[in-house]
Amino acid sequence: MLEIKNLHVKLEEEDKPILKGLDLTVGAGEVHAIMGPNGSGKSTLSYVLSGRDGYEVTDGAASLDGESLLEMEPEERAAAGLFLAFQYPVEIPGVGNMTFLRTALNAQRKARGEAELSAGDFLKLVREKAKALKIDAEMLKRPVNVGFSGGEKKRNEILQMAMLEPRMCILDETDSGLDVDAMKLVADGVNALRSKDRSFLVITHYQRLLDHIVPDVVHIMADGRIVKTGGPELALEVEQNGYADILAGAN
Amino acid sequence: MRKDAARAGATAERIAALDLPKGGFTAPARAAALSRLREMGLPGRRDEYWRFTDPAPLNAATAPEAALFTGVVEPQLFGSRDRIVLTFVDGRFDAAQSSPDFAVAGLEISRLAEADRADLHWAQGLYGLLEAAGQTPVARPFAALNTAAATDGVLIRATGKVSRPVHLVYVHADTGSDAVLHHCVRVEAGAELTLLETGPAAARFNKVMEVDVADGGRFHHVRAQGRDHSRRAITHIFARLGAEALFKSFTLTANGVLTRNEAVITLSGAGAIAHVAGAALGDGASGPFLHDDTVFVTHEAEGCESRQVFKKVLRNGAIGVFQGKILVRQGAQKTDGYQISQSLLLDEDSQFLAKPELEIYADDVKCSHGSTTGAIDETALFYLRSRGVPREEAQSLLVLSFLADAIAEIEDEGLQAEIVERLENWLARRRKG
Repeated sequence: MLEIKNLHVKLEEEDKPILKGLDLTVGAGEVHAIMGPNGSGKSTLSYVLSGRDGYEVTDGAASLDGESLLEMEPEERAAAGLFLAFQYPVEIPGVGNMTFLRTALNAQRKARGEAELSAGDFLKLVREKAKALKIDAEMLKRPVNVGFSGGEKKRNEILQMAMLEPRMCILDETDSGLDVDAMKLVADGVNALRSKDRSFLVITHYQRLLDHIVPDVVHIMADGRIVKTGGPELALEVEQNGYADILAGAN
Repeated sequence: MRKDAARAGATAERIAALDLPKGGFTAPARAAALSRLREMGLPGRRDEYWRFTDPAPLNAATAPEAALFTGVVEPQLFGSRDRIVLTFVDGRFDAAQSSPDFAVAGLEISRLAEADRADLHWAQGLYGLLEAAGQTPVARPFAALNTAAATDGVLIRATGKVSRPVHLVYVHADTGSDAVLHHCVRVEAGAELTLLETGPAAARFNKVMEVDVADGGRFHHVRAQGRDHSRRAITHIFARLGAEALFKSFTLTANGVLTRNEAVITLSGAGAIAHVAGAALGDGASGPFLHDDTVFVTHEAEGCESRQVFKKVLRNGAIGVFQGKILVRQGAQKTDGYQISQSLLLDEDSQFLAKPELEIYADDVKCSHGSTTGAIDETALFYLRSRGVPREEAQSLLVLSFLADAIAEIEDEGLQAEIVERLENWLARRRKG
């Protein structure tokens, strides 16, 4: 599904390398977690994969189902099946959540040569998906993320994921700013979307999210590289001993 | 001294070119306005309130040519509503394109050109009066010119809650037309009226609307100034509000080589509310674009609220101007005055010139003003694109997002939705074109 080889990335504006030869392969239907201390390059990885401006790939490759991602525009990557759940979802005043969802969904369908969804079909679909995430009709009518609580914003991200049905989902610190109940709701939403055709890359500081979204593989990232890979038990090790021991061991 | 002579000469030349109606009941007001105009003279770039906008095309004795709009013909905005329509083609009333009669409960409508054959009319107490009062402290020569020279207009009196909006449709059909229309609106105590205006009107359009809202009256105004690229417009709204009266005005402008919209609003009864808002989209690619909002709100009574919300989206060298003032007179305690002007510059060639002013002579007031200029928010743009929305479409959504606060000033949600839909269509066509 997702294949990253020897990825080197620096900031466009300055000569500061952030990713320094990252290798990662996520198979179809797998859930991988990436953990690591602040500044290890986790968020950069998510931005580079989704095509945000400001980064320069100096070496390496990244592909989704064999298609190279790095030359694509962000919207092309989305249409190809990539989705990034933001750590800080953006507020867009004056644009209704429904309008946003419908515009995004139809733009992707159009890009894939599929017919646009009618207003009625869209409404039916969004109501059904929203209900599962306990998102009420009022929240759908409001402008995108405006006045949403931290938990509502993250649930809105998962709703977008559910509507857009991507094959590769990247969750960037989705647990940040969430209380236990909100985290559980978000995790339930993600788990409901797990399938043999859909993969996840869950980026997180803490092990607690991984109690709810149980990964198949856990990677530890430090200084722009994956330094250790293991099963879910690796996350527990981080929880108990912190990153220092693992990093010392890896070096 | 020589400059004064030059100004007087230009003013005399402008007046000589006018076809001045003699007027019936308006005759004294017209004569007074003409002497006001002679005295103040036409404006020049050195005048404080004309520093950003060159009045030359408005000063010219004959209207500069303006090509007719050749783009996609859209269905009439607000056309699906049950409303009373009065159509003016290049400033001339067109009965064939207007409602057969204007009979609605609580509403009296007459046309200025017809009513002015008589010596008596209710509008006698309004025509030219608010305009004259609005000439101090800032001179507004084109409004005086209008009062003197208006060939037609609509006199509207609402005596109850009027169930259907009055829609003034302005058609531009002649490339050299020079239209001068003057409307008077009186909303009696407790009455309510919605007035809609759409269309470019003429090659050069000078319009004055005097609005007198009595105690507890409510007046809603929604205007869209048409899409002709090369038309020029100078419009004034003079409004006076009684106690607990409500005045809400929103203007949408797209295109137009020169548009200056002035609003002069006086809150003279306690607890009155006045909101004036504008959304302008300017693209210099189809010719120069200059859009000027000049607003003067005076708080004369206690406990009144005023809001000015102006947004401009500018690209390809388009220029936006905002001159907004809040004057709080002595004794106008508990005033709540708010003013915001913002521009979204889609490139580095466009510019926004803003001059917010507050002048306050009462000590227990809340007044705030703000003005910002910015580019498209790159984070928001990336967010939309990461969801599969192509760049241009994402930019359109962010333009709508930027304009939302101004559009939200329209009280009727249905009218709001029509404005948004029209904007969406324009933006979509621009992407395809």
